[in-house]
Amino acid sequence: MAEAMSQNRKAAFSLARHSTGMIASVLFLAPIVWTVLSTFKPAQEARQPPLPPWPTTGFSVENYQTLNTFGDGLWASAQNSIYVSVMTVLLSVLVSVLAGYGFSRFRFPFRDFFFVLILSTIMIPFQSILTPIFLVLTKLGLHNTLTGLVCVYVTLQLPFSIFMMRNAFDAVPREIEEAARMDGANNVTMLIKVMLPLVWPGVVTIALFAFLGAWNEFLAALVLMTDQSKFTLPVMMTALQSGRFGAIDWGAVQAGVTVMMVPCLILFLALQRFYIRGLMAGAVK
Amino acid sequence: MTAITAASAPVRSRAGVSRRQWVGLLYVLPAVALVTVFFVIPLGMTAWMSLNNWPLMGEHSFVGLDNYIAILHDTRFWNALKFTFYYTVIVTIAIFAVAFPLAIFIEKPRPLTNLYRTAFFMPAVVGFASASLLWSWLLNVDSGLFSPAAYDIGLTEKKVNLLATFQPAFWSIIAMVVWKVAGFTMIILMTGLQSIPQDLQEAAVIDGAGPFARFRAITLPLMRRTLALALILSVAGSILAFDQFYIILRGGPRNQTLTAVYWIFNQSFVSFKLGYGAALSMVLLVILVALSLVQLWLLRKPEGLD
Repeated sequence: MAEAMSQNRKAAFSLARHSTGMIASVLFLAPIVWTVLSTFKPAQEARQPPLPPWPTTGFSVENYQTLNTFGDGLWASAQNSIYVSVMTVLLSVLVSVLAGYGFSRFRFPFRDFFFVLILSTIMIPFQSILTPIFLVLTKLGLHNTLTGLVCVYVTLQLPFSIFMMRNAFDAVPREIEEAARMDGANNVTMLIKVMLPLVWPGVVTIALFAFLGAWNEFLAALVLMTDQSKFTLPVMMTALQSGRFGAIDWGAVQAGVTVMMVPCLILFLALQRFYIRGLMAGAVK
Repeated sequence: MTAITAASAPVRSRAGVSRRQWVGLLYVLPAVALVTVFFVIPLGMTAWMSLNNWPLMGEHSFVGLDNYIAILHDTRFWNALKFTFYYTVIVTIAIFAVAFPLAIFIEKPRPLTNLYRTAFFMPAVVGFASASLLWSWLLNVDSGLFSPAAYDIGLTEKKVNLLATFQPAFWSIIAMVVWKVAGFTMIILMTGLQSIPQDLQEAAVIDGAGPFARFRAITLPLMRRTLALALILSVAGSILAFDQFYIILRGGPRNQTLTAVYWIFNQSFVSFKLGYGAALSMVLLVILVALSLVQLWLLRKPEGLD
């Protein structure tokens, strides 16, 4: 009797938990799903309120096609975004792995000063130094170039990624290095052949954060990229959404938003472990 | 670390060791160079520019503290700052009100917990610009979702433009930001909850403490550092809010939702008053640095514990 009661209570608790979980999940996912489904409506239907969200007058990729007709086209902006994001990933990984190794394994003058300097930039909002960054880029001849934007994005990633990499290198036992050194490995081969495989998870984490940061950044791209051919996706889509190319085509806006969201969602789902790792590292330390 | 270095030092000649250590400087050089050129120098320039009248074209001239004096009389900036703080308080409360229950919900490993956690977190990996563009469509009066849906099911007599007046526009932004950020805050709070030793809770149960008493006496104090971190991240992020107000509201209706960063953006890159924009930036910077100092204090290791 008592056992049956507790069985019932367990089932009721489980039911309550899963219905709460399901409802909350639907609330969080609905806007994303709603948008992605709506993009496959024909242009005519996409102008109407999305009720229901799925196409009712036939499946179509028209919205994605029209998107390519605005300004230099979606594909041009997408290429800019891909270039900026990939370069930011490569450069920030390269610079942070080197710096993380340097800070972890060598004792040189001003080491602590440089480390604190890099880390303390996280306290200063980059929004407050955008104007001088604009002027510095002009001085360097990088004004209105994607390379200039990459330099800014990499710098913004450094405090987090160098902190991550130094901790990753710190966690590698010194005996491994000593053994490799006995075998005649110099610093560079040591870093690439011996250390890198051991800090690989940290590299994936900082690469993921660098990609998401660069892919999604809006204000710096808006300020620094004045030429339409250099627009990244967020800037281009905002221009489209503000009616800069005539009447707002909401079907096309939704298609653009989908193009912006999907890479982030896929990367997150594939590399979730590394993402949470990065958050934890930030939260625990 | 130091011990090992000291122990291994006598093996090689002193000069050899120190030369090898100097190589480290080469490894950190690219990072230091980037931070210097794209952060330290711009930071110094902001301070210098704030003391100048600095138009986009033509010569700039030193004006001392004139820009700062002008800020004192810039009621629109103070209104923007006031609005930014108002938004920060409301949105932070809203985020915690959603994220804390979610964190408790997903804290323990049970069937499907991972699935729920992933679902709640999905909006957090989408960019603020994408989320804002998405919601600007949902909130649109003609082609969007909310007003037409409310009209269709008979909630409103005609389609209401949610973005035309302050209250609905403001709360729409709050809803969007909570949707986007709650999952992120949830994960941070979850790490805090998981770090509380289980036996402490069990001991309290044996002592007869109810769930609320346990929450107040065990959970909250032991989560102090995590709570402080989540709080600071939310506050700092909200004070710097720009994307959603620019993309969804363009600072309207009637310029009522201009945030501090938005106002600086307008002064610097729309009116091209670069010197004045720099002075405004310095004010914002001081606020954020003060916040960081509060953070360091809140996150300090508790005494006697490490």
